[in-house]
Amino acid sequence: MTTDNNALISVKNLCKSFDGVEVLKGVNAEIDKGDVMVVIGASGSGKSTFLRCLNLLEEPTSGTILFEGVDITDKNVNINTHRQKMGMVFQQFNLFPHMTVLRNLTLGPTKLLGMSREEAEKKAMELLDRVGLAERADAYPNQLSGGQKQRIAIVRALAMNPDVMLFDEPTSALDPEMVGEVLEVMKKLAKAGMTMVVVTHEMGFAREVGTDIVFVDDGVIVEQGSPDEFFNNPKSPRLRDFLSKVL
Amino acid sequence: MQGFIEGLVASFTKTFITDNRWLQLLNGLGVTIMITIVAAAIGLVLGFLIAMVRSTYEMRLSGRKCRNAGDVILKILNLICNIYITVIRGTPVVIQLMIMYFIIFASSRNGIIAAFLSFGLNSGAYVAEIFRSGIMSIDRGQFEASRSIGFNYSQTMIFIILPQAFKNILPALGNEFIVLVKETSVAGYVALQDLTYVGNLIRSRTYEAFFPLITVALIYLIIVLLLTFLQKKLERRLRNSDH
Repeated sequence: MTTDNNALISVKNLCKSFDGVEVLKGVNAEIDKGDVMVVIGASGSGKSTFLRCLNLLEEPTSGTILFEGVDITDKNVNINTHRQKMGMVFQQFNLFPHMTVLRNLTLGPTKLLGMSREEAEKKAMELLDRVGLAERADAYPNQLSGGQKQRIAIVRALAMNPDVMLFDEPTSALDPEMVGEVLEVMKKLAKAGMTMVVVTHEMGFAREVGTDIVFVDDGVIVEQGSPDEFFNNPKSPRLRDFLSKVL
Repeated sequence: MQGFIEGLVASFTKTFITDNRWLQLLNGLGVTIMITIVAAAIGLVLGFLIAMVRSTYEMRLSGRKCRNAGDVILKILNLICNIYITVIRGTPVVIQLMIMYFIIFASSRNGIIAAFLSFGLNSGAYVAEIFRSGIMSIDRGQFEASRSIGFNYSQTMIFIILPQAFKNILPALGNEFIVLVKETSVAGYVALQDLTYVGNLIRSRTYEAFFPLITVALIYLIIVLLLTFLQKKLERRLRNSDH
């Protein structure tokens, strides 16, 4: 793997153990600006752990993560300021149930970015409009469907103006008929040039939107490539085996 | 029949009118309410602080090694809190009260301060467990979502975790204060003239048991009903603030 100093995120030899069990065994990856990296793999392969290490929700056991040139695994770095630039979307949405949709979107910008409430609300309404949910601004999260919740969760992350968006199986908890609306939002986002790292089982999305597909198995990146070579010409037997099961 | 009614009136008069005994009962009620309010305030503050220590420890350090001075301090604080909760929950409140009065306040024998402190310290241990369970009951995803936006630990607590936790623990917290009101009835052990003490005093002076004791029981019941009503009202209001 080549070292690229212009990479937005540069992961070197990332290892993570839980109670002595090695989940990540030395992962290296480069994510450039505008990339849509799609991470696939069987459950338990370490792909979600990899993603959650990128914004240090999981603290790596060893290895470095350079984000915009700063090693965020350094204990002296204030991770909170860097997390503001890394939006994250969760499988379980994790909207704040005690706040309206609008407040979910404006909390971060007003408290962390110093935006005025009016300014933050104006931006929030624009974002809600982009995902077709402007009329739900005053609703509470549990009045929404799963697909609506996840679209809100995406724009909540976007409200912070992140430089990269991390998606942790964003459609896995959705009813099948709601997967499409969420993927549609993500596609638009990718087309608009957002840098994204997406852990997903949606192979169609990977093929269509991904610029860089990564196959994680047993805690290491087994194979990586453009969607074309990745899906049409898989090299490793493990990937071929995996693809034969999911495609 | 007439004899019975006359007896009742005489008994009533002795219990409430003679020597202005109703005023004594009222003063006793005042003492009970004062101890309860001060102890509840101490218990809330103390319980909250202990819960913050314990839940922070559980979320950050439990099962992990200390990596810096802050971790070591947190670990020691958590240990102190654990000992405190174990001792308070493991001994009767009346013994705690007497230890406070006869040993710790031995020189001054200040009963009311001893009562404030021991009921406050006692309630604090229970409130701490209520707060802690409320905090730990919030889904971890809430914590992660908040941290991923860039909020630090305290901001996450203040904006995200505590508002949700508070709503969950309100019934338990209400129960704790109802228990506290009734627990203060042992204040007479340290020479305080609270409601129970006054009721018993009137009983022993007048040799009339019925009116003094039933009256005292009814007053406690009314206080508890009032607290229950307030608790329900607050719960409803909080429930209405989201859906």
